[in-house]
Amino acid sequence: MTEKILINARIIDPSQEMDEKGSVVVDKNGKIKAIGKDVKKNDISSSAEIIDLKNNILIPGIVDMKAFVGEPGYEYKENFRTLSHAALAGGVTSIVTMPNTKPLIDNVSMVDFIIRRGRDKASVNLFPSATLTREMEGKQMTEFGLLSTKGIVGFTDAVKAVQSTETMVKIMDYASDIGVLIMQHAEDYELSKNGCINEGEVSTRLGLQGISYIAEKIIIERDLSLLNEFSCRYHINQISSKESLEVIKRNKENGLNFTVGVSINNLSLNENDIGDFKTFLKVSPPLRLEDDRLALVQGIKSGLIDVIISDHTPEDEEGKRLPFAQAATGAIGIETLLPLALEMYHNESLPLKKIIETLTINPAKILKINKGTLKKGSDADMCIFDLDTPWIIKADLLKSKSKNTAVEERKVQGKVLMTFLNGELAFKS
Amino acid sequence: MAAKKNTIAIKDQPKHLLGIQNLSVQEAKNILEEAKTFIKLNRSISKKSDILRGKTQINLFFEPSTRTQSSFDLAGKRLGADVMTMNVANSALKKGETLMDTAMTLNAMHPDIIVIRHQDSGAPNLLSQKVNCTVINAGDGWREHPTQALLDALTIINRKGKIEGLKIAICGDILHSRVARSNIYLMNMLGAEVNVVAPKTLMPKSIERLGVKSFTDMKKGLDGCDIVMMLRLQNERMQGSFLPSKREYYEFYGLTPEKLKFANKDALIMHPGPMNRGVEIDTKLADDINVSLVKEQVELGVAVRMACLKMYCKK
Repeated sequence: MTEKILINARIIDPSQEMDEKGSVVVDKNGKIKAIGKDVKKNDISSSAEIIDLKNNILIPGIVDMKAFVGEPGYEYKENFRTLSHAALAGGVTSIVTMPNTKPLIDNVSMVDFIIRRGRDKASVNLFPSATLTREMEGKQMTEFGLLSTKGIVGFTDAVKAVQSTETMVKIMDYASDIGVLIMQHAEDYELSKNGCINEGEVSTRLGLQGISYIAEKIIIERDLSLLNEFSCRYHINQISSKESLEVIKRNKENGLNFTVGVSINNLSLNENDIGDFKTFLKVSPPLRLEDDRLALVQGIKSGLIDVIISDHTPEDEEGKRLPFAQAATGAIGIETLLPLALEMYHNESLPLKKIIETLTINPAKILKINKGTLKKGSDADMCIFDLDTPWIIKADLLKSKSKNTAVEERKVQGKVLMTFLNGELAFKS
Repeated sequence: MAAKKNTIAIKDQPKHLLGIQNLSVQEAKNILEEAKTFIKLNRSISKKSDILRGKTQINLFFEPSTRTQSSFDLAGKRLGADVMTMNVANSALKKGETLMDTAMTLNAMHPDIIVIRHQDSGAPNLLSQKVNCTVINAGDGWREHPTQALLDALTIINRKGKIEGLKIAICGDILHSRVARSNIYLMNMLGAEVNVVAPKTLMPKSIERLGVKSFTDMKKGLDGCDIVMMLRLQNERMQGSFLPSKREYYEFYGLTPEKLKFANKDALIMHPGPMNRGVEIDTKLADDINVSLVKEQVELGVAVRMACLKMYCKK
């Protein structure tokens, strides 16, 4: 690989408080050699390849903390190759994959398998998570220590919450000693049983069983209360309501250390978008009121929410062409994550830096991985996008194997032009 | 030339009766007007007409139903249609065939009308996207039961002369009731004032947004009402965590002659059936022909369904 210099870029890298016009030099090993407005001639070898970015924006490659890949077991929904293509087209270079595959990623041999398979088939950085409990049954914790040494970055039951308080006490107590990351899906099953959308006017009109915000809030309240006793690395995968945010605010103000994510779905849609039983908008946690959506956006602004995730959940058409209550839950989103996030910049809800931060350095810090930054010496994973290009999202043109996007026909502004992985051009639009 | 006609016929989107929500006020009034003409026919000696002769009607009932199914059955037959009732308990759906597969299979038989009852809200909407014929909703989940609301409206008009200006109370398990929802929409459209009365655990969230006042107290909810509609309280609700006991429910929400006194003097009682006597309604009250419209509701149900079949069936 030859050395590269990317010139005429607006570089936004929140990890080094950088937002300036400048250049990036990538060395022969795919690492950042120099970056910023002060890149000197002697930083570049004479044979370097020059790429003119024409004043487009250059950011660290996006780190998505929650995406579902169909391997193993659900290859018909998504495989490593298709997920990689979708990710790179969305400027995402690092993905935390969910462990709810078939079989589950809950033991050492499965981790070996997925790491090997990912290395052979994927063209992005994969950071697998393992289940929090064996068989995702919420009863017995998995081998946190052994799994971590095999490369697991976090533990989550993905779409399930540990219901038993006793089990959660043990998990947090044990985790506090060995320093592993616990990622909770906050949902009380007794309260959310049979529910498929937010409990409110829309569920009343559509005649569907609703899920109250209390189902989420009660688990967060419980876990944060436990966190006071057992201080471990604790992360809430995604929240959906302003009530949850209030609990988070109170606890963060009291000095409790934990982190919070939110799905791009809950930031860009509300329950009214479900319309006449659009099953592609059946997601978990459910879309809630516009008031909730606005509160979540403010939550990012005030720093109560640390990361935005795609919650990429591919489902085939069969699973979605069913009556709403029976339809599969989830939507794809890794490719549309950035343009949807940029909506919050274009409508003046959030500063650009804040958005980029929640997509890059914040998740990397939570995961303790050396990504999401373009500091000298880092891997040259980069996303280059045009902030203003308008385009319309069309499911057929998305690269994911499943086409269940929740934002079909949405008009967005901002398009990924190029994605670099370890200094190599991995995607170009 | 013939081929061309065919393509047009397929492209022609038939209109479906999926819910009261999708109706305009005029459309609802037209159905009620049409239904009036069938009341007479149903009371005459020769009840048969040939309006739907040569048409095929399939009743697709995924949920057990006695009166709605027989009412649609009879309505179709009286209009001269060939009526087939699919007994879903014995069908491929039990073997894992999806609703969509069944829809495609039935569609290939060229029916003119499918009448569907399904336990999932929105199932008729989904079905209507896949078939070329008219879909009539005979009740889906907790969402809508449009022909029940229409027959209730016809019954009220028959006795009170109008709906506009009346005050109507709907009482009982509003949360799980498609009948309540369809009636809320229709009675509102036709100019009535609607109260809903239920214990808090059986009241849907944000119900006021549907244009009703909600009460937990029968006395307040029935005050000044001309019509009291009682809903069936399903047995499984009594065993869950919704209510403390049958006895307590009857005490506070069961319609008794004493509680009926909270309503207007000439107030009439309705019930979509089947009734739980002694749970939501006093048994004598239910049979009192001076105040109970229950039998009339069943009778006019056939007329309303005939009107719907006639008006929605592709010509």
